[in-house]
Amino acid sequence: MNLKQKKIIGGNFVPLYGSNSTGVSVDDFLLDIHPITNQQYLHFVKKNPKWRRSQVLNLFADENYLYNWESDTVLGLEVSPNSAVTSVSWYAAKKYCDCQDSRLPTMDEWEYVAMASETNPNAQRDSLFNLMIIESYELPKTYKNEIGSTYKNYWGIFDMHGLVWEWTSDFNSVLISGESRQDVDVERNLFCGSASINATNLMDYAAFMRFAFRGSVKANYSIRTLGFRCSKDINQ
Amino acid sequence: MKKQIFILTVLFFSAIFINSCDKTNSKKNSGIYQCPMQCEGEKTYNKTINCPICKMELKQIDSNSKKIIDDNLISSASIFNLTSKWKTQNNETIELKDLKGDVLVMVMIYTSCKAACPRLVADMRNIFNKVGNSSVKYIFVSIDPETDTPKKLKEFAIMNQMDNKQWVFLQGNIDDVREFSNVLSVKYKQISPIDFSHSNIISVFNKDGVLIHQQEGLGLNNDNTVFQINNLIK
Repeated sequence: MNLKQKKIIGGNFVPLYGSNSTGVSVDDFLLDIHPITNQQYLHFVKKNPKWRRSQVLNLFADENYLYNWESDTVLGLEVSPNSAVTSVSWYAAKKYCDCQDSRLPTMDEWEYVAMASETNPNAQRDSLFNLMIIESYELPKTYKNEIGSTYKNYWGIFDMHGLVWEWTSDFNSVLISGESRQDVDVERNLFCGSASINATNLMDYAAFMRFAFRGSVKANYSIRTLGFRCSKDINQ
Repeated sequence: MKKQIFILTVLFFSAIFINSCDKTNSKKNSGIYQCPMQCEGEKTYNKTINCPICKMELKQIDSNSKKIIDDNLISSASIFNLTSKWKTQNNETIELKDLKGDVLVMVMIYTSCKAACPRLVADMRNIFNKVGNSSVKYIFVSIDPETDTPKKLKEFAIMNQMDNKQWVFLQGNIDDVREFSNVLSVKYKQISPIDFSHSNIISVFNKDGVLIHQQEGLGLNNDNTVFQINNLIK
């Protein structure tokens, strides 16, 4: 077992947009304790020139990919090696995890771990915990903070909230439209079966923000506040 | 220091061609050179010679500005860069780049879908009828690869009278389907063992596999899509 990962014991829970009202089940898996840092990502692009800023395919990353780095292989003074790497596309995040013999966590896995407070594996109903998350969303430029600077949750995982947004493998399974100005309601002709998508916990404003964010991004987007961490199946 | 930079640059070029993670195959490559006067336009050489026209010494060009180096390489935005493998309705294994050369019209469906997919299939057929040209391929990618085996896809093709070379039905692995859905900006989610929610988008790619046009929604007027396809055939 990779020392940078912790084992998460699976279970059932009801995410904001569950597949059905009985919730979803998550198997046991391993998850990175911290988001991937600039230092780690720098090591990756040094070994994989195809993923350097000047070499990456347009198909896989937009023009903002790693734009805050000084150059292809130099972080520069503005970028802390111990901050979470951001401005990386989904393809890049996926490739990074592939290369660590890992994968991106699914949205269900990520949300499962994210609902744990410091003491409780399921703090969905904990108003103080939810308030803490909302307040952390209001802080500016948290992506500049170093990893491990927020809280350690029940599973021993750091920074699930309060540092950066994180890619998940199936982020594009959120079927709310990205443009709220464009479609006030879920547009039935754009999505087959859209009527079946209903939020389960209308109180969870923080989760709404996460799902709305996921629903609004595309896989080649590289966003200043969006990083990732990797996960892994547990081999029996 | 300068020497290091040079070595790095060389490494860049050699590594463009390497797919896997850590295999830094030290393929010999000396960079790309072009006449400073561009006597032959964008033509490049891989060795330092003199320009055959003005006889000036060729200058090495910046790799950053050259993502397409020659005709054999694929455009940086092309779906032919994807290395995923797919099964067709005829149980042949292909990569997307095997489809190179035709205009591609793509849609993601699943064959057991009863709601929007029949309408998407109808939309594809309408486009096909209006275009009426044989250098276009119409491609259905299944979002339910566990159910939609090549056999299932073949039955679907026959049932819809789409069983010829212009219609391609693809089954991939779950990971590759998810990746491909991202290329098409298609969203989908399994909502029950037999049903999926998914966006209804028809995408048009040029002969180099670059996305040119998308039609989002069902039963729309497809004149613009047909116009775009006809433009790309030329």
